[in-house]
Amino acid sequence: MSAHINHVVVVLQQVSLEEVPAKKLRLTKPSKSAALHIDLCKATSPTDALQYLLSFARRPVEAESVEGVVRILLEHYYKESDNSVRLKIASLLGLLSKTQGFAPDCIVDDAINTLNNEKSHQVLAQLLGTLLIIGTQLPDKIAVVQRLIDVACKHLSSTYFGVRNKCLQLLGCLGTVDKPLSKETDAGPGAQTSHVRDVQSVISDYFQDQDPRVRTAAIKAMLQLHERGMKIQQTIYNQACKLLSDDYEQVRSAAVQMVWVLSQLYPESIVPIPSSNEEIRLVDDSFGKICHMVSDGSWVVRVQAAKLLGSMHQVSPHFLEQTLDKKLMSDLRRKRTAHERAKELYASGEFSSGRRWADDAPKEKVDTSGVNLIDSGACGAFVHGLEDEMYEVRISAVEALCSLAQSSPSFAEKCLDFLVDMFNDEIEEVRLQSIHVLRQISTHITLREDQLDTVLAVLEDSSRDIREALHELLCYTNVSTKDLAVPVCSSLSSIPRCSTPDPGAADYIAVLVLVFNAAKSCPTMPALFSDHTFRHYAYLRDSLSHLVPHLRLPGRKQTASSGLEASGVGSGSLESAQNFLQDSLVRVSALQNLETPGAQDLLEFTIRDLLRLGELQTELAGSADFCATYLHCQLLLTKALQEKLWTMAVPLCLKQNAKVSTAARQILDETYKLEFLYSGLETQQIATIHNIRLQAKALQLILTARSKPGVDRVLGACEKFLQDVESFQRLFMTELPHFQDSFVEKLLELMPRLTTCKPLDLVKILQTTLRQSGFIHLKLPEQIHRASATIIEPTGESDNPLKFTTGLVVALDIDATLEHVQDPQTSVKVQVLYPDGQSHIIHPKPGDFRTPGPGRVRLITQVYLSHSAWTEACQIEVRLLLAYSSSSSKQSASKPAWNESMGGLPTSESCIESTIHLSKPVKVFIMPKPARR
Amino acid sequence: MIHYFNTLKVFTFVLHPWLVCKLTDMHPSILLNVCMCCFAGAGQDVGRSCILVSIGGKNIMLDCGMHMGYNDDRRFPDFSYITQNGRLTEFLDCVIISHFHLDHCGALPYMSEMVGYDGPIYMTHPTKAICPILLEDFRKITVDKKGETNFFTSQMIKDCMKKVVPLNLHQTVQVDEELEIKAYYAGHVLGAAMVQIKVGSESVVYTGDYNMTPDRHLGAAWIDKCRPDLLISESTYATTIRDSKRCRERDFLKKVHETVERGGKVLIPVFALGRAQELCILLETFWERMNLKAPIYFSTGLTEKANHYYKLFITWTNQKIRKTFVQRNMFEFKHIKAFDRSYADNPGPMVVFATPGMLHAGQSLLIFKKWAGNEKNMVIMPGYCVQGTVGHKILNGQKKLEMEGRATVIIGTLDVKLQVEYMSFSAHADAKGIMQLIRMAEPRNMLLVHGEAKKMEFLKDKIEQEFSISCYMPANGETTSIVTNPSVPVDISLNLLKREMALGGPLPDAKRPRTMHGTLIMKDNSLRLVSPEQALKELGLSEHQLRFTCRVQLHDPHSDNDTLGRIYTHLKSVLKTYSIQHVPDGTVIVESIVIKVTSSAEEPNLKVILLSWSYQDEELGSFLSTLLKKGLPS
Repeated sequence: MSAHINHVVVVLQQVSLEEVPAKKLRLTKPSKSAALHIDLCKATSPTDALQYLLSFARRPVEAESVEGVVRILLEHYYKESDNSVRLKIASLLGLLSKTQGFAPDCIVDDAINTLNNEKSHQVLAQLLGTLLIIGTQLPDKIAVVQRLIDVACKHLSSTYFGVRNKCLQLLGCLGTVDKPLSKETDAGPGAQTSHVRDVQSVISDYFQDQDPRVRTAAIKAMLQLHERGMKIQQTIYNQACKLLSDDYEQVRSAAVQMVWVLSQLYPESIVPIPSSNEEIRLVDDSFGKICHMVSDGSWVVRVQAAKLLGSMHQVSPHFLEQTLDKKLMSDLRRKRTAHERAKELYASGEFSSGRRWADDAPKEKVDTSGVNLIDSGACGAFVHGLEDEMYEVRISAVEALCSLAQSSPSFAEKCLDFLVDMFNDEIEEVRLQSIHVLRQISTHITLREDQLDTVLAVLEDSSRDIREALHELLCYTNVSTKDLAVPVCSSLSSIPRCSTPDPGAADYIAVLVLVFNAAKSCPTMPALFSDHTFRHYAYLRDSLSHLVPHLRLPGRKQTASSGLEASGVGSGSLESAQNFLQDSLVRVSALQNLETPGAQDLLEFTIRDLLRLGELQTELAGSADFCATYLHCQLLLTKALQEKLWTMAVPLCLKQNAKVSTAARQILDETYKLEFLYSGLETQQIATIHNIRLQAKALQLILTARSKPGVDRVLGACEKFLQDVESFQRLFMTELPHFQDSFVEKLLELMPRLTTCKPLDLVKILQTTLRQSGFIHLKLPEQIHRASATIIEPTGESDNPLKFTTGLVVALDIDATLEHVQDPQTSVKVQVLYPDGQSHIIHPKPGDFRTPGPGRVRLITQVYLSHSAWTEACQIEVRLLLAYSSSSSKQSASKPAWNESMGGLPTSESCIESTIHLSKPVKVFIMPKPARR
Repeated sequence: MIHYFNTLKVFTFVLHPWLVCKLTDMHPSILLNVCMCCFAGAGQDVGRSCILVSIGGKNIMLDCGMHMGYNDDRRFPDFSYITQNGRLTEFLDCVIISHFHLDHCGALPYMSEMVGYDGPIYMTHPTKAICPILLEDFRKITVDKKGETNFFTSQMIKDCMKKVVPLNLHQTVQVDEELEIKAYYAGHVLGAAMVQIKVGSESVVYTGDYNMTPDRHLGAAWIDKCRPDLLISESTYATTIRDSKRCRERDFLKKVHETVERGGKVLIPVFALGRAQELCILLETFWERMNLKAPIYFSTGLTEKANHYYKLFITWTNQKIRKTFVQRNMFEFKHIKAFDRSYADNPGPMVVFATPGMLHAGQSLLIFKKWAGNEKNMVIMPGYCVQGTVGHKILNGQKKLEMEGRATVIIGTLDVKLQVEYMSFSAHADAKGIMQLIRMAEPRNMLLVHGEAKKMEFLKDKIEQEFSISCYMPANGETTSIVTNPSVPVDISLNLLKREMALGGPLPDAKRPRTMHGTLIMKDNSLRLVSPEQALKELGLSEHQLRFTCRVQLHDPHSDNDTLGRIYTHLKSVLKTYSIQHVPDGTVIVESIVIKVTSSAEEPNLKVILLSWSYQDEELGSFLSTLLKKGLPS
C-alpha cells in the first residue's frame, strides 16, 4: 500500500521504567496507556484508583497498545491491596483482551499467574471470567485451552459459588468431551488412569452441588458443550431428570433444556420406567417429563417447557395424542368432554334438537383404582398449557401445538377443537396467534360446522388484526360440509353490502371468498346466490384471482370454460416464459464485445423484452427485472466507455464528464438495488454485482483524476479504491474462478504493481484495464424476488387537507404491504418529504410489522408530522425506503468490545449506508395552521 | 450412690423424636412434636368451616364459618367444644379467615362478640373490606326478614372488624415471638388466601378454598415448595375432574344465548361476590361482541359496593385485568344494570343474577318462584348447592317443591317447569388441582376437610398411593394428631466444638450427621450442649467415677509375679495397638484398666485376678475379663 500508516508501537514497559520518559512520549502518539500509568501512580486511595480505571474504561484502546496496557494493569494488580480495585483490573483485562486485532496469547501466562496468590473469592471469580474471555478468543490454541481447563478444574473445589460458576462456564466454553482431562489435574503422580475423566463427567458432578446457582451453571455449561458440537453422553439423563424437580426455578428451567437436548440426541435409545419392567423410548420418556413441567409452579419454566414441546417431533403419536387428553369425571363417574360431545352431535347429524345439553350427564361409574390423578405421562399437558393463567404460557402452548400439528396430520385434527377454543381467549395476542396457527395447519384440517360458528364469531372482533388474520385463515380453510352454505349465507345477509372502505367490506369479501371456495365443491350452492353475489364474483375473480376459484355458474358457462383454458395455458406459458428468459440471457452472453455495432441495440431490446416479460408473468417478475437491471448497467458502462472523452485532451472534456459521471453514479445506484432489493441471490451473483460496481468506481476515479488535477485528492480516492478491491478479494475468494477475463481478475493480477505505483499511473492502468475487460455473464439463480411495497393508506386521493396547529404534531396513519423484504423490522423506513425539501426518515417500531402470510409483511404504523405555518395547504410525499449498508451484505459488522462508542477510530472498511426507494410516493395534503393567540 | 453423667448422642444438633418424647416429661417448652387439629365444623362436611390447630403449643382457629342449610343453632360451630364456659381469648392465639364467603366467615361476629374473643383476627385486605358487607346482608336477611332473635347486631359486626389485622400476600406476619403466618394467593374469590402457619420448624398450610385453574377475573392458586408438616386442603370436588374452562364458558354462553333468543328469562343464582363477577365479565364481553340487546340485571344493592371493591383490588385479579385496567377497568360494566323487584314481571327476555347462590332464601328464591312455571325460562346453577337447599333439590330433578313461609310453615307446592342447568363454575380445585397443589407444596402429611366423606375417601386413597404420605380425613368434632419431626436447636459451647475439632477427622459436612460427646443442659427454656467438666462446674457438682470390678479365677502354678508377667505378655500379644504397662508395684495397666493378681490362701495354684475398669472403658474391660477367663496360653 502506498499510503501505509506507520503505527508507532508504544513500548510501554520502557515508558514506565525509564526515568525521563518525556522524550520517548513525544515520539509516540499520545497514548492512553501512559496516561493510565501516571493516573494510577497518582491515585492515593482505592476509590481514586477505581475512578481512574472507570474513566479509562470509557475510551477504546488501540490493538497495538493493548499489551502494554495489560502489563501496566498487571503491575498495579500485584501492588494493589484493595479487593474492589483488583476486581476492576481483572474485569478490564477481560475487556481488553476482546479488543479487535489483539491476540491475547501473550497475556495468558500472566493472567494465570495472578490466580495463584489471589485470596479474595470475588476477584478470583472475575479473574476466571477474564480467562474465559481470553480462552474464547483463542479457541484454536490447544495448549492454552488445555491450561485453562486445568486451571478451572483446580478451582472447582472452591467454597465460593461464584468461582465454581466461572470454572464450570470455562469448562463448558472450552472443554472437549472426546479427550480425557490430562493427569495434572488429578492428585499427583499417583493418579490412576481411572481418575482421568472427561469434562462432561466433571461438570455433571456439579449437578448435585448444594448451591442452586452452581447447579444452574453446571447445566448451562453442559448445554454450552452441546452447542459447541460436543457429543453429550446419555449417562446424565437420569441426573438431569432429577433436577426437573429442583427447588429452584432457574435450575428447573435449565434442566428442562438439558432433558430436551438429550431427547434430541438420543431419541431412540430405550430407558426403563421406574417401578415397572417396561421400557420406553427416551424421546417419549423425556416428552412425558417435559409435559409434566407445563404445570410447574414457575411460569418461566412453564413457558420454556411449552416451547420445547413444540420441537419434539420424534415423539410417538400415542404420547402426542395424550397431551390433549384429560379424563373427565364427575362424582366418580366418567364424563365426556364438551369436545367429544360436540363431535358426536355432529356425527349423528342433528344439531338443533331441543335439549342438547342433557347429554353431558355423567355416564358409567369409574373404577376408582383406574383413575390416575397424577399423570405419569404426557396426559393433558396442552390442556393445562392452554388454560394457563399467564398468556405467555398459552401463546407458547399454541405455538407448540402448531409445530407438532404441522408434522402430524392426525394430531392436527385432534388439536383443532382446542385451537378453535382459543379463539375466545381473553388476550388478543393469544387469539391472533391461534388464528395464525390454524392457518398454518390448514392443509391438515377440516372445520366442522360447530367449530365454524366459533370461528365466524371472531369476524365481529373489535381488533383489526384479528379480523384480517381471520380473513387470511378463511382463504385457506377447508370446511367439512355442504351445509356450510346455511351459516355463511346467513352471515352474508347480515353484513352490509356496501363498498365503502370500512372493515365491513373486508369482512364481506372474506365471506364471499369462503362461499366461492365452498361452492367449488358444492354445485348446488350457486343457486342460492343473489344477484349481487354474481356481480361480486366476477369482480373478485378478477381482483383476487389467487383466492377465488373458477365456478361453473349458471348462465356463465362460457367464462368458466374459457377460464379453465386460460389456466391451462397459464401453466404452459410460465414454462415458455422461463425458456424465453434463458434464451435472452444466452443471446446476450453470446455477445463478445459490446462495441460491435448492433450489440447495444440487441441489449436494449433484450432489456425491453425482459421488462415486458416481468409485467406479463408475475412469477418471473423478480428474475426478469433483475436481469434487465443488470444488463442496463452493462449497457450504461459500455456507453460511458465509448464516449469520445477518453481520446480528448483533459481540459476539453468537462462537458462530457458530466454525462459519464452521471452514468457512473447511475450504475452504482443500480448495483446497490441489485444487491439489496432482490432476495434469493447466490454468492456468485453478488460477486458479479460487486464486479460491475468496482468498474463503476474505477470509472469515477478516472473521472476525478482527469477533472481535478491535484495529487492529494486522487491519492485518497486511490487508497479507497484499492481497499475496495482488497475487500472484494477477501469476500469472494471462492468465486474468483468464475471471473475469468473480468475486470476484477485483471486488477488482482496487477495488484502488486498497483499498490506501489503512483496515483496517476494507477489511473492510467485502470483506464486500459477497464476498456480491455469483458463482461461477466449473469447466471440466473433459481428464485429471485424483488422486494416491493405498496402504500395502501393514505391513498393520496383526499382533497381535504390534514389540518393541525403549527408546533404541534399530527399523526398520519400509514398502512402498507411489503413483499419479499428481508428483515423488514430493521431495514424498512418511512420517508416524509416536505415541499420545502426537508425530509424526515422515520423508523417504525418492530411491533408495527405484522406477518399475515409467508413472504408478506404488513406495516401499520403512524408517522408524526409537524411543520411551521403555511399559507395554504400543500402536499407532502410519503414513501417507504429500504435502508442498507454496504458492509452488512456479507459479514455482520463486528461489534466493538467496548460498550461505549469507538470514539473517532476509523472502521477498517468503508461502508456506505444509504437507502433505496421501496414504494411509490404517496401525496398527502396537509395544512399547518398558525397557532391562535 | 453412684453418679454419672448421661452422655447423649446428638446428630448434627437435631434431636430425634424418641428423645423429644422423653424430654417432654421434663420440659414443657419442647412439646413441639405433636400438631393437633380439632374440627369444630369443617371435617367431612361442606357448609361451615372451622378448624382448630394446635402447633408447637399455639392454638389457632382457621376460618369461622356458618352452615347455610340450617336456621337454628346448628348453623354456627360449636364453640363450647373449645371452652365450656367463658371467653375464647385464653384458648386461642389467633384466628385466620381465608376468604369472605359466609361458610368461612359467617360465624365470626358470633364468636368474637357473643362467645367472646379479643385476640387478633387475620384476613387479607379485600376480605376485610368485603366481609362486613356480606355479614351485614346476612344479618338483614335473618333478623329483618325472618325475624330471628339471638343473632349478632350491626354493631357487633363493626366491633368484630376492629379486631381484624390485615394481611398482604407473601408477607410474613409475626403473631407473637414464635408464631408466624404467611398468606399465599388462592384464586377462588377476590382476596382468598392460603395461609402458612409456622412455629419453630413446624408448619401447617391451610388452603381455605382455592382454585388451580385461572378464570376470567382471578388467577390460579400458587404456593412455593414450603414442605409443611401438614397440608389442610379443601376437597369439595374430590371426585371430579373438570373439562377445560373454555368449554364451560362456551356452553354457558350458548345456553344463555339460546334462551334469550327464544324469549326466555335466565336466572343465575349467585353469591353476591365471587362467581358473580366472573360471570358478569363473561356475559358483558359476550353481549358486546354479539351486540345483544336483552337486559342483564344484577339483583342486589350489594353489587355496586362489591364492584367498587373489585375495581379497587385490581392487584388481586388476573393478568388480563391487571394489564388492561388503565384503558378500561373490566369491572365497569356497560350492559349490566341494577335490578328492581318490579322488573321480574317485565315481558321479554332478560338475564338476572340474584343472590343467594343456593336458592335457599332472598331475592333469587323470589324470582325463582315467579319464573319456575314457564318452560321457556332457565335457571343456571353455577355452583355447588348444600343439601337441604332449594338449589340442591331442583338439581336432583325434583319437579315439585314444598314452599315454606315464615317460621317454616309449608304454604304450598311449586311446579318446576323451567329448565334447570348446572354449570360447574364453582371455583374450587378439582381432584387434579388438589393433586397439583400437593405436588407444589410437598407436604409431609395431608388432611382433607370441607368435602363429603365418600368423596374424600377416594381422594385419600389416591393421595396415599401417589405421594406415599399419610392422609387424614377427620369427621366433625374429631381430633387428629400428627407426629412431626421437628428440629430442636441446641446451643453448643465453643470449647466443646474446638475439642471435637482437635480430635481430628474430616471437617464437618453439612449433610452428614456426626457423633460427639457432651452434656445437654436444659435450663431456663434453653438447651445447651457443653463439655461434662463445664456442666459439673455450672451445676456445682463434683465428679464421680463409676468403676466396675471383677474377679477371675485362674489355675496357674507360677508365683503371683510370674503370673502377672505372663498376663502381661499375653495381653501384649493380643492387644497390639493398646498401651499396656507393667507397673513394678504388681499391677498391669491397660488404658484405664487395672489388673492385679493375688493367690488364694488355701490353694496357691489358684490365682485370683482382679480387674477394675472405668465406665468409659466398659467394652475393653468386659473383653479382657472374658479373655482372661479362657486362661493363659501355656
